[in-house]
Amino acid sequence: MAKPKTLAEHLEHHEVSRRGFLKFCALTTSMMALPPSMIPTVARALETARRPSVIWLSFQECTGCTESLTRSHSPTIENLIFNYLSLDYHHTLQAASGEAAEQAREAAMAENHGQYLVAVDGSIPVKDGGVYSTIAGISNLEMLKQTVEGAAAVVAIGSCAAFGGLPHAHPNPTGAVPVQDLVHDKPVVNVSGCPPIPVVISGVLAHYLTFGRIPDLDGYGRPLSFFGTSIHDRCYRRPYYNKGLFAETFDDEGAKNGWCLFKLGCKGPTTYNACATAKWNQGTSFPIQSGHGCIGCSEPHFWDAGGFYQPLSAGIAGVGTLAGVAVVAGAAAGTAAGLMHHAKRKQAQRQHEKVTVADLKESGS
Amino acid sequence: MTVSVERGIQTLKEHIDAPVASFFTTCVHCGMCADACLFYTETKDPKYTPIYKLKPLRRLWHQEYTFWGKLAAKLGLSKPVTAAELKAWEELVYDSCTMCGRCSMTCPVGNDIVYMIRKMREGMVAAGFAPSGLKAATERAITIGSPMGVKFPALKNQIKHIEADTGLQIPVDVEGAEYMALLSSMEIMNFPEYIGAIAKIFHNADISWTIASDAFEATNSGIQIGSSDLAAELVERVVAAAERLRVAFVISPECGHAYTALRWEGPNLIGRPYPFEVIHILELLDRLRAQNRLPVTGKIKEKLTFHDPCQIVRRGGVVDEPRRLLDMVAADFAEMEDHGIMNWCCGGGGGVSANERAAKLKLTAFNRKRHQLEALGVNTLVTACANCRITLEEGLEFNNMDVAVLGLAETLAEHLEEQSTSATTETP
Amino acid sequence: MTGVELLIWVRGPGLQLSLAAFILGMTYRILQTYFLGRAKNLAEPRGSPWIHGMKTMWWRSFFHPGMTIRGYFTIISGYTFHLGFIITLLFFDQHIELFKSWTGLSWPALPPLVITVTAVLGIAALVAVLVDRFADPVRYLLSDYQDYLCWVLTVLPLVTGLLLVYKIWLPYTSLLVVHIISFEILLVAIPFTKLSHVFTIFIARWYNGAIAGYKGVQS
Repeated sequence: MAKPKTLAEHLEHHEVSRRGFLKFCALTTSMMALPPSMIPTVARALETARRPSVIWLSFQECTGCTESLTRSHSPTIENLIFNYLSLDYHHTLQAASGEAAEQAREAAMAENHGQYLVAVDGSIPVKDGGVYSTIAGISNLEMLKQTVEGAAAVVAIGSCAAFGGLPHAHPNPTGAVPVQDLVHDKPVVNVSGCPPIPVVISGVLAHYLTFGRIPDLDGYGRPLSFFGTSIHDRCYRRPYYNKGLFAETFDDEGAKNGWCLFKLGCKGPTTYNACATAKWNQGTSFPIQSGHGCIGCSEPHFWDAGGFYQPLSAGIAGVGTLAGVAVVAGAAAGTAAGLMHHAKRKQAQRQHEKVTVADLKESGS
Repeated sequence: MTVSVERGIQTLKEHIDAPVASFFTTCVHCGMCADACLFYTETKDPKYTPIYKLKPLRRLWHQEYTFWGKLAAKLGLSKPVTAAELKAWEELVYDSCTMCGRCSMTCPVGNDIVYMIRKMREGMVAAGFAPSGLKAATERAITIGSPMGVKFPALKNQIKHIEADTGLQIPVDVEGAEYMALLSSMEIMNFPEYIGAIAKIFHNADISWTIASDAFEATNSGIQIGSSDLAAELVERVVAAAERLRVAFVISPECGHAYTALRWEGPNLIGRPYPFEVIHILELLDRLRAQNRLPVTGKIKEKLTFHDPCQIVRRGGVVDEPRRLLDMVAADFAEMEDHGIMNWCCGGGGGVSANERAAKLKLTAFNRKRHQLEALGVNTLVTACANCRITLEEGLEFNNMDVAVLGLAETLAEHLEEQSTSATTETP
Repeated sequence: MTGVELLIWVRGPGLQLSLAAFILGMTYRILQTYFLGRAKNLAEPRGSPWIHGMKTMWWRSFFHPGMTIRGYFTIISGYTFHLGFIITLLFFDQHIELFKSWTGLSWPALPPLVITVTAVLGIAALVAVLVDRFADPVRYLLSDYQDYLCWVLTVLPLVTGLLLVYKIWLPYTSLLVVHIISFEILLVAIPFTKLSHVFTIFIARWYNGAIAGYKGVQS
């Protein structure tokens, strides 16, 4: 069977209706924060888009990001778009292995030089020359450099690739770094999340297919259209937060009533992602809706930002020992300074020159 | 050694103690002390705000006794206290402060401001910045024995008159007497009636007492000018006489600061506790009253009030005694709105009345008392301090007010019911 | 440093260090003052310095006889901003979580609306106090740079806290960082500025009461 040339043909091939396709276009358009008038443009662009070559590099990762995208309960337009891509290298998904796999990567790079997209999941260990993660004898660091050299853009998929993620967490034994720390001469899009929301991945790809360029990014290199608002701002439990109604434990009345999970450590206020609107599993739910606070997985350093169950307003480091040390040090220093001043006063008293009547006859000047 | 700003600073360093440090640390610059000070309320000049009068001392504390202050001083970030500054502050520390201590009662953070003014004056004296009038008075106190230059012959002369008037003998230099009475030269010169009054009362109550020919002066200019050295010298004279005469009690007269000097500062000035007890004349009279040894007859019908001498009442702790005593002889006793420990000063305490330069300001400050008296509508004012009495009389006269000022002991003596049975003294 | 990194820093080492500086500084300040010492009083006491000192510590918290408008204004505005600040600090849910993370203790919170009122009243009273500091010649004369600095340090946590809760002006993360930093700066500043009166006020009042009480006067 000949491979479909355009996305429209590809969708048709998979019996996706025109109506379903337009629905996807509308969703993508709105997720990308474009006005509704852009829907036809998006649809037209996607219909006629040529399949781009994508090389997917998996470094220090857990495959959760790939899972997120591929293991949906039923086929979705998102993963159909994903399927449509010419995924020339993805060692979890591709049939080839060993040297054949690497040859596929090299072939794709040569064939589409300057055109292809690089998707990365996982962080890159750079300590000790990057020996902590290698593929076919090539270190991740080296492979990233080689592969990115001829790429049009890089999409860092998941928090490990975007911000270092779990491998980067303290004490970071492998010296893991995110893609953006290593790639400076190509556009890098961070699609963070542990894992990222599937529609966000496909949305970024759709944006690239539609406009031929990467979307507008926030300060952390994430597409603004998906990461522009916090979980807290879009959370359906927000009214409880405003009223000061909090669940104190996971099984108290507050939890049963669906009150705010702030005190149970919800990081919604400082987490920017589309979970509260796009939701997960075909829009079924998202963590807060399921009764667990947001853990802030799409933010940098989320593993090091205190416990998942520590409220955002609580300190994340112990103070007991330090406070004890401070009392002792303050007491020692205060006593020393006080006694020193006392001695100074006594010294002045010893040096005191008695005031006499003669002194009264003089005037100060 | 000559006076100098360095010597002044050195002296201030001696006097900055834990209370001073806690007060300066705590001051929040709220300015509430201004309203407690009659020099501010009667002039509305912000420079008379009590805590402002301590600005140089505050800076010195900061530079000498705090971490950041020492650091800043080393780095040249805070300017040292200069002679010019102390000179500029002389008026604030002396002319516009009677050390009445009303500010110390109102400070919301608890600063005892007058405690610090007292210390500030120590440095001012050592630096040579004290009012000339006060310096001259102190010099007379040390060299002659009395700030007004009163010597024993003058007192002896007054005693003669009193003995003639009362028919009582005034005991002088009686060894082994129980009480040694002190006088202020103001009383000797202006209100000798006081001596007659206590003689009558003591005779009536059968009290053994004496006056010391070499230490009759109770006032202590050293306290007013703020020199502990000079104040100690004056206290020593009293202590020496009391020890020589082996008295059990020394009576502080109707004089405010004398009580502070003898009762509260004295032992600390000489560095040892007294072998006798200092008792204020009002305390003694009140004890006699309680023992029914002070019988009185007849009551004053006119409405009258009591002017609390700051150093006896607020700063001295003799608060209820004058009221109990007045109740015996006054039919219509009325309190001024602010009285007792919240009274308003006459304006002449703390050396102000000895400071000619402050005369005009003192009269302005007197307006506070004038308003109080006018509000109450009294024509008789009783007090228990010769200096208050003079200041009040001056102020009343200046304002053409018809108010009689009486001493409390005299007022009691006038109403004394003579007990002939207890009269043991022979006629002179 | 990015916003997230700043947030981690202020919630971690920042809080640790500022709390340590506060405790160290305050212990230092109090003991330094105490050990400066004072002379033993040799005069025969008429009253108990201890009892009078404790009483003054308490009674100076209220109006006193003979107060003028300045006094009433000071006490009322002072109470308003102090209580506004303290209630906001101690009875806001999220703050209680902070104290709980430090001490393990927690207590009931006040509703957010009430906290908004206390914070707004606190800010309003602080503004009134500042205006008065300029308008009142006495206070203006007494004021130095510290009075204005401490005013800013006190008002900032209240203002940034309100902005944070109502998500005004900056993103939540940035405001949270600014709010926590403003609190940390305040903590560090307390022992080393006139803000140390939060503790030394009790020492000063005690000394005042003790000095007067020794003479039998309740000051």
